[in-house]
Amino acid sequence: MFRIKVDLPLLFGLLILCAASLLILWSAGGESYRLIVNQGIRMGIAFVGMMIIAQIRIDTLFRWSPYFYAAGLLMLVLVLVVGDVGKGAQRWLDLGVIRFQPSEAMKLAVPMMVAWVITRKTLPPGPKNLIFAALVLVVPAALILKQPDLGTTLLILMSGTLIIFLAGFAWKHIGILFAISAVAAPILYQFLHPYQQRRIQTLFDPWSDPLGDGYHTIQSMIAIGSGGAQGKGWTEGSQSQLDFIPERHTDFIFSVFAEENGFIGVLMLLCLYVALTARGLYIAYYTKDTFSRLLAGSLSMTFFFYVFVNIGMVSGMLPVVGVPLPLISYGGTSMVTLMAGFGILMGIHNTRSLMSR
Amino acid sequence: MVKENIELKDYLRETNLIHARLIALVVLLGLLSLALIIRAWHLQISSFQRFEVLSKDNRVRLLPVPPVRGQIYDRNGKVLAENIPVFTLEILPDQVRDMDDLLDDLAKIIEVSPSEIRKFRGLVKARPDFEAQVLKVNLSEEEVARFVVNRYRLPGASVQARLQRNYPYGGELVHVLGYVGRINQRDLDSIDEKAYKGTDYIGKSGIEAHYEDHLLGQVGFEQVETNAHGQIIRELDRNPPVSGDDIYLNVDADLQIKAREYLGDRRGSVIAIEPSSGDVLAFVSNPVYDPNKFVNGIDHRSYNALREDVNRPLVNRALNGRYAPGSTIKGLVSLTGLENGWNRNASVTCNGYYKLKGSSHRYRCWKRGGHGPVDMLWSIMRSCDVYYYQMANSLGIDKISEFLKGFGLGHKTGIDLQAEPSGLVPSRDWKRDRRGAPWYPGDTLNTGIGQGYMLVTPLQLGVMTATLANRGERIEPRLVDRLVHSKGESEEPEIIDLQGDTLGNVEAKSANFDVIIDAMRAVVEHPRGTARASGLDAEYSIAGKTGTAQVVAIAQGAKYDESKLSDFEKDHALFVSFAPIEEPKIAVAVIVENGGSGSSAAAPVARKVMDFYLLGKDANAIVPETESDNVEDSATDTTIPATSNISEETL
Repeated sequence: MFRIKVDLPLLFGLLILCAASLLILWSAGGESYRLIVNQGIRMGIAFVGMMIIAQIRIDTLFRWSPYFYAAGLLMLVLVLVVGDVGKGAQRWLDLGVIRFQPSEAMKLAVPMMVAWVITRKTLPPGPKNLIFAALVLVVPAALILKQPDLGTTLLILMSGTLIIFLAGFAWKHIGILFAISAVAAPILYQFLHPYQQRRIQTLFDPWSDPLGDGYHTIQSMIAIGSGGAQGKGWTEGSQSQLDFIPERHTDFIFSVFAEENGFIGVLMLLCLYVALTARGLYIAYYTKDTFSRLLAGSLSMTFFFYVFVNIGMVSGMLPVVGVPLPLISYGGTSMVTLMAGFGILMGIHNTRSLMSR
Repeated sequence: MVKENIELKDYLRETNLIHARLIALVVLLGLLSLALIIRAWHLQISSFQRFEVLSKDNRVRLLPVPPVRGQIYDRNGKVLAENIPVFTLEILPDQVRDMDDLLDDLAKIIEVSPSEIRKFRGLVKARPDFEAQVLKVNLSEEEVARFVVNRYRLPGASVQARLQRNYPYGGELVHVLGYVGRINQRDLDSIDEKAYKGTDYIGKSGIEAHYEDHLLGQVGFEQVETNAHGQIIRELDRNPPVSGDDIYLNVDADLQIKAREYLGDRRGSVIAIEPSSGDVLAFVSNPVYDPNKFVNGIDHRSYNALREDVNRPLVNRALNGRYAPGSTIKGLVSLTGLENGWNRNASVTCNGYYKLKGSSHRYRCWKRGGHGPVDMLWSIMRSCDVYYYQMANSLGIDKISEFLKGFGLGHKTGIDLQAEPSGLVPSRDWKRDRRGAPWYPGDTLNTGIGQGYMLVTPLQLGVMTATLANRGERIEPRLVDRLVHSKGESEEPEIIDLQGDTLGNVEAKSANFDVIIDAMRAVVEHPRGTARASGLDAEYSIAGKTGTAQVVAIAQGAKYDESKLSDFEKDHALFVSFAPIEEPKIAVAVIVENGGSGSSAAAPVARKVMDFYLLGKDANAIVPETESDNVEDSATDTTIPATSNISEETL
């Protein structure tokens, strides 16, 4: 008989996170019934999707990788040609029934494809394979950057880079790359437009332009900071409820959470995220085949990068690039992708013993 | 067996490698978490008190107060573009329980069209939920009253009073003023968003776009205190906005309207310029369209109807229309001749055609039978083509091209509107670069009579005529006379006079200008002049030149037969003129598309415009006589009504 296989620790963690998400959203969305229902429906769809993906054997996924990737790339090109414009960027493909964001699918397809490329030869990868892998990574990233969607571009670059790192890209070379970027950054800075330079300056000192570029960051920092150790209480955050925070139910939802739940709440939320990531890395460690290891490692760590970049940007550590807080920010597509990623992790764990070479 | 061993060794190596890297990732995970915890500690524990104070003070909010857009007036102070208060129905999606229910309820008290709902839904989808979107503009007072009564059961909807641009003259000045429209994504890419906080509209074309920076004004801010629900309790401080500059045009709205009336329903353009100053008095392009429809976004059907209209009302002919100047250029060609040693009394015999040496091709004069012996005065007065074939051939294209360019043709006039074309004065270099072909002597002949490659805009024709009237002093045309810059409530506004650049003089002797102007006077006043009908009983002296620019090529040996051509293939009619000759007050250029001949279609319009401006006499207001412009000179001449330059190389 067919048995549904899931990874209980992951499932348990995700359920807690989703429950928390609905509570935070109730407060951040201005107690809007509509937002909660919409988000709940999306969660349901995402959970079902995750369960289905979790039943797929990893070797099937391995064989599908190139097709999956090629289809994604095609759709990315298509979206640039005929895509719908929403909020100023061309990201959507209208399929009649549903609108679809190909860049989201690429968040899974790119690490799969990079891992597929790398595992065709023994590790660590040689220069030829490295160049191939880099190409597989950079082409979709460039297409997505053109939409423009900086946040997704960064996450995709991160997921591919993680695969290459896990595959044993030499520490020496990593050091050289870091040295080059350290030297190149100030030189490139000179070539930026004055307004871009100003953006970077306000990042380091948002108070230099409190009514302009720095405004959102400052309001967000005030929200987080005024939460103190214990927070102002659920739905009691004055910053959040008075509309000082932009996009407070999407990208800036962490500010609402931090204001209302304080440092203690932030620690608990971080623990949950770290636990989910650690479980993913554990799965990567104990699975038997290289493709699964690379993919599981990359997916888990990319998940944590969402958390890091989002909290970093709303707390004024990183520039505002438009990365949601995973599974908590309001919005459908990123949730489906993230859950699908966890589905793959579960699938890897389910088939770990079948896959030894 | 050996192979399997190697594979196993490789596998173990890979496992160790990845395990090491995974451990590195665990370390990275720890470091990143630590960084976030330290940041949260810094904000929430170390700086808690500072941020707590800031958050409590944050009951005070800064709201943008949009400035009032500057108004536009004509030279006599008539309002051409104003701001009128309108009521708009807006919905804040954030506060709406069920959008469908709300829209249904609203439809019961206020009439909302399906297209308005579609547009609104599109905006809601595209913009964040906490931004209010407009559902309907221009609510009547009755509708506002009905809404207010029912407001309690329509959460999320509100009626706002806003200022909206209005053009009281409708389409009459649309090709001068342009219009404003809602700021769209493309606009956002090129503007400073901070300057547009609270402002919904931006100049899209015409004066509205060219003087956008002046018309916009400066955004102000008010500091308000809010209650726990974010509602405004009181105003604390106010940094008032600075209204945009008011603009006074040189254009005379009455003259503009009359000039278009004189064109009737014909496609075309009328330019009137004061030669001494370059002030543009009338800037007509016909047909027109209503700019008020564009202010809040025109619906697709109306827009497509405008775009597909065969008369192309959206095209600003006065600025962007490019036409062959035809015979209107002959005065300048003669001037080129005089400057290069051509004797004005030298006679050329016109047999009705001209042949280049070694070619059998006949370049025809509009007058089949020929003009006989023709001197310069006669050539302009009768618009003889053969005279100019001969002159152009002996001068050569280089000299003609250089002189015409010196007059400003082939260059932008520098008028205060956007995207002005430069027209085209052909030259050897141009033809080689753009057409990849050498310059033929036949090209020179065509250029000599204003046909072939040469292209001018109506505005350029007007400026050229003003320069002739000024005896060579060049001017830059200006639509705007002055800006009135408000400096706050207490201070007197500052008046900024705008003047076109002085461009220096055309290099030509004043005596030579007199020769040309005398001949142009004969065009209108001499009983044999091509525009004599339009000069009848003038109370002031007029200098003019007719022109007829052909639209379709007439085959060698064929005859131009107007009755056989469709309306869009007929010749364009042109006329340039200025008056009074002694002290020119107005220069007029008229183009009537497919109007037939310059003397019958264009010259009467120019005369009426001058009568209206100089004498205040409105030709249409007096007895609506039957038009007597086609009066024939029955004495000796043929019955061909006027010039029509028919010459085209077919080989």
